[in-house]
Amino acid sequence: MESGASRVAQRGQFRAGKWIFAGALVVLMLFTLFPFYWAIVASLTPDAALFRNPSLWPHQIIGDHYRALFGDRDFITPIRNSLIVAGTTTIFCLAVGTLAAYALARLDFKGKAPIMAFILAVTMFPQISIVSPLYLLLRSLHLIDTYPGLIMPYMTFAMPLTVWVLTGSIRQIPRDLEEAAHVDGATRRQSFTKILLPLAVPSLATTGILTFIYCWNEFLFALSFTLGPERQTVPVAIALFRGQYQVPWGEILAAAVVATAPVAAMVLFFQRRIVQGLTAGAVKG
Amino acid sequence: MARIALEHVDKTYPNGYVAARDLSLEAMDGELLVLVGPSGSGKSTVLRLMAGLERVSDGVIRIGERDVTDLPPQQRDIAMVFQNYALYPHMTVRENLAFGLNIRKQPRALIDERVGAVAASLGLDALLDRKPAQLSGGQRQRVALGRAIVREPLAFLFDEPLSNLDAQLRVETRVELSRLHRKLGATMVYVTHDQSEALTLGDRIAVLKEGVLQQVATPMELYDQPANKFVAGFIGSPAMNFFKGVLTRDGDACEFRGVDLVTPVPCEPTSGGAVFLGVRPQHLEITSDNATGEGTLKGEVGVVEPMGNEQIVYVTLPGGERAVAIAPVRPRITAGERVTIRVRPEGLHLFDAISGRRITRFDWPLTPKRSGH
Repeated sequence: MESGASRVAQRGQFRAGKWIFAGALVVLMLFTLFPFYWAIVASLTPDAALFRNPSLWPHQIIGDHYRALFGDRDFITPIRNSLIVAGTTTIFCLAVGTLAAYALARLDFKGKAPIMAFILAVTMFPQISIVSPLYLLLRSLHLIDTYPGLIMPYMTFAMPLTVWVLTGSIRQIPRDLEEAAHVDGATRRQSFTKILLPLAVPSLATTGILTFIYCWNEFLFALSFTLGPERQTVPVAIALFRGQYQVPWGEILAAAVVATAPVAAMVLFFQRRIVQGLTAGAVKG
Repeated sequence: MARIALEHVDKTYPNGYVAARDLSLEAMDGELLVLVGPSGSGKSTVLRLMAGLERVSDGVIRIGERDVTDLPPQQRDIAMVFQNYALYPHMTVRENLAFGLNIRKQPRALIDERVGAVAASLGLDALLDRKPAQLSGGQRQRVALGRAIVREPLAFLFDEPLSNLDAQLRVETRVELSRLHRKLGATMVYVTHDQSEALTLGDRIAVLKEGVLQQVATPMELYDQPANKFVAGFIGSPAMNFFKGVLTRDGDACEFRGVDLVTPVPCEPTSGGAVFLGVRPQHLEITSDNATGEGTLKGEVGVVEPMGNEQIVYVTLPGGERAVAIAPVRPRITAGERVTIRVRPEGLHLFDAISGRRITRFDWPLTPKRSGH
């Protein structure tokens, strides 16, 4: 009897805990999602209403801001620039980073620890402190206002993260698997491409997303190393929307919504793969 | 099928750890050779050297007549079953089985045929489209085995393949392995730390300690004529009792004196000096009569472990030393009882106290010479 009662009490506790958790989750969601909600609402509200009496609920929905964005403003160009720069950086980072991480995780060579430390040290420089030297360097290479002029600095900043995360995750893949593949007849390259790489996909996706988001959001380098709208990326383009006498909030927020969409889509797409990858080994039959 | 031979192999790791020292060892064609030893004995390293996963520091490795010392694992044409099975988690059972054949670019039809045959013989038919994560421990074990068999390699290497299974499954799989070995007639090298597994499975057993080969012999030879004190203590359970003492000679008669024990022993040309007398628990007889004299010891029973068909009796000797004896279930022996232990003369082993080497060199059982008085 007593144990039955305590079990009921326990179950009650469990249920209460679940409600508290759900409540906390809702609060957190409101907190993080409200700015997005507001951006969407505001981007659909006419300027007049936006400046006079902004409301949380759109009374009148218009597409003017979006039309302006893709008409007068030519927002397609910065989106294209951002996609090229962020995409290329991500691909290069993953390609080089995976190989470096494989070497650091699997091969025996002298000076591994110093190399790891050195890679990490690169991230310690504040961006602002290297903008000027980088500018001079890029100018002498005639890379100012070009895609490589952005991709290369981005890679130096994104690579340490890639290498560290991937080294860690490759170390967690049992060495036995590659050894089994070797004994089965695989060369080192085959064991890398057929065994290690497929198993590293979840962490590749994670680091890929992080690198892409970093490049997508990066502002300081993009502002410093581009000259005109031809090569400007999304954050720079949005920042330069504001004129001398007015701030076109409607258009800025419309641009923000447009800029968020691809990242959100990508995260949602890859998230399923990441979760898949993480749970594949955990399900025991 | 082919033999695997190590010739004067040394393996020293960069940190100075020596895993194999001047090791010469051969698994003959079609033989199941068991490598056994405590952890750190280098047995797994020896297996990895055979597989090519580690490079020798010195010496030669042959598979068949081919010198494979400098060949990477993929060119040695051997199969290995890992302790944790090392199944490829992202592939189905079918893909796991077919991996080695696919890598070697075998024709599709042949792969399907072999995978089908092996899956059928191991009872994996119904599991072919599952991923390893969806299999039980025993099923994974069979997939690992199947992955080795399907390639029809020159030889098989097993690295403690049963250690992750529960006791019952372990015994079943051991029998299965034995059957498989007979069926395939394949050369197999099998690493284990479990001496009973070694005794039941091996055609021959190689005992390793700290990278040095102690003895290679058939299970019965190893048990009856251990080459040294280490082998004697490692093989057999419960372990052999050792009594420190002195070997004395009086004409044709030799005698061991130590603890409270005096017993005649067979004479050998080299007899004399400090020795260890080794007696297996089976050869210590517990009596409650008050016999005294040669070949008897007095002691107090410490712990009794009933095993069903027998009981293992731990006896504390007057000097504080301990002796382990196996006694029949009846009469029951209780803790605290004072007992007399009689040493059966046919079960005596003598080891040099310093080198640990076996002194007697003849086959048991034998009739030891009686001392005249």
